[in-house]
Amino acid sequence: MQANTASAPPQLAVRDVVVRFGGIVALDGIAFDLHKGEILGLIGPNGAGKTTLFNCLSRLYTPASGDILYDGNSVLSRRPHDMPAIGIGRSFQNVALFQRMTVRDNIRVGAHAASRSDFFSDALHLPWVRRQEAAVDATVSELIDYLGLGAVADLPVEGLPFGTRKRVEIARALAIRPGVLLLDEPAGGLNHDEVGELGRLIKSIRDDRGVTILLVEHHMGLVMSISDKVVVLSFGRKIAEGTPAEVQQNPDVIAAYLGGPAE
Amino acid sequence: MSVNTTTTDARQAAASTTATGPAGAVKAVSLPEPAAASGNAKIMRTAGIALLIMGLTAPFMAGNFLIFQLTMMLIYGIAILGLNILTGINGQFSLGHGAFYAVGAYTAAIMMDQFGVGYLWTLPVAGIICFIVGFLFGLPALRLEGIYLALATFALAVVTPQLFKLSPFEHWTSGVMGIVISKPEAPLGLPLNPDQWLYFLTLAIGLVAYVCARNLVGSRTGRALMAIRDNPIAAGSMGVNTALFKSLAFGVSALYTGVAGALGAIVVQYISPDSFTFTLSVALVVGLVVGGVGWLPGALFGGAFIMFVPNIAEELSKGLSGAVYGAIMILMMYAIPTGLGGLLKAALTALSKRSKTG
Repeated sequence: MQANTASAPPQLAVRDVVVRFGGIVALDGIAFDLHKGEILGLIGPNGAGKTTLFNCLSRLYTPASGDILYDGNSVLSRRPHDMPAIGIGRSFQNVALFQRMTVRDNIRVGAHAASRSDFFSDALHLPWVRRQEAAVDATVSELIDYLGLGAVADLPVEGLPFGTRKRVEIARALAIRPGVLLLDEPAGGLNHDEVGELGRLIKSIRDDRGVTILLVEHHMGLVMSISDKVVVLSFGRKIAEGTPAEVQQNPDVIAAYLGGPAE
Repeated sequence: MSVNTTTTDARQAAASTTATGPAGAVKAVSLPEPAAASGNAKIMRTAGIALLIMGLTAPFMAGNFLIFQLTMMLIYGIAILGLNILTGINGQFSLGHGAFYAVGAYTAAIMMDQFGVGYLWTLPVAGIICFIVGFLFGLPALRLEGIYLALATFALAVVTPQLFKLSPFEHWTSGVMGIVISKPEAPLGLPLNPDQWLYFLTLAIGLVAYVCARNLVGSRTGRALMAIRDNPIAAGSMGVNTALFKSLAFGVSALYTGVAGALGAIVVQYISPDSFTFTLSVALVVGLVVGGVGWLPGALFGGAFIMFVPNIAEELSKGLSGAVYGAIMILMMYAIPTGLGGLLKAALTALSKRSKTG
């Protein structure tokens, strides 16, 4: 499988991305490829630039130089709200749901980019709008079942347990029907059992839905158990790239995590 | 296979955490049973039909002055409905909706007075003009949030009545003198006096406005507006063009308020710049909060509050009517801080809980 995908053009390509905040170089020429059907783990100590890179991918930041290609086309001219239509969905580090809306409505918003409407047609509830709503509802119901959210589907999100809200966020991102799903520290704040659960979920999203996954994560156990490939950042540079086994043996990675001359 | 285990595990996890978490426990109790939920919907529908029957029969039992007051109540209700779309649904604050009301009123009055246009035609034109004005105001307002947006809209409310006094526009607006409008008769030989006719016209427009607002809130557009209210960055990441939707929300909100203003001008039969002071903008916000922010039917109760409560206050004490009005408002906020909408929701939840246990 690895050999198969390596020859194909990458689905998402990060090319020498540089980001500076004032005098600080947050990302210093980061480059890696993400192939279709891969799970890529992006790791690194605090302040390594993982979230900065993530925000470049979802177009909240624009790199000073370098490029990001999706299916061979640069995405840097696109605005953040164009990304779902291109095929890139994301989750947020601290769960960014729509608190006063129900679980179902949160997931429906995920289908926003995949549907069309205007104020006028919506206000008059025209027949074509009704047909589209029925299609959206079918998608959303399927995702509610897939993520086991049936019991809470019609409750407002605020007040739901953290683990449940994380799943709502993944369901919402899947409603985009993404080609690539960016997950920003999905294991943060979860207990041991929930992390194991999450690992199985991420694998099943890749296996059953054919979604390519970029996983930014602190939880080593999770990253090493499900990733096909791991990219390690430290102080804005890529210090290693390879399979989980290769990366774990890499002396630079061990130094970055356990403290070497850089610390 | 893996999906199956995932979903059952996930469901168990959800069940166990819901039972143990303190916030989850509360939610678990109020989990709406299908029967209770449809029961609530039935209560709401019955209440709605009862209100509508009252609304349809009232003008045949009330005197003309009361009919006029009820018409004004509905007009304020339409304006508050517009404000609710902006504030309650989209989360943008406006202390300046009196300005859109004024623009709608002047549009109608000038069209009738200067160009002899039929009063019915002034309503859509006032709506369209206010939509454009609101949309254009919404563009710079994109850069402002919360109290800063409140200040900017406050400025709009203060400036607009002054603009209508300016001499370059005096030919059309008649300056401080204002414009007198003649009262339209009921068309098609309907057996209604002018007050009754205007009441029914307003009621019909109000119903259409309400149904459209409800459709909007329950649609893709409404969900995008609420998503922006709750988390603009996440909304953007889901593909919502937040700038466009926020400006459009301003436009639609102004459209509602502008149509209300045009109706108001026709019903009151006179407008002048001093009819639309900052007090009007504040009154609309009061009506919004009293009715319930984000709850659309609350607009009717908000309209009733700002129409009738000042009169009640005046009856209680001629000299201190403002103070009495203020005291009533403070009492309302203590008794039902979430407005009538919040009170009703709490009552229905309690009711369904009791019917479940009893």
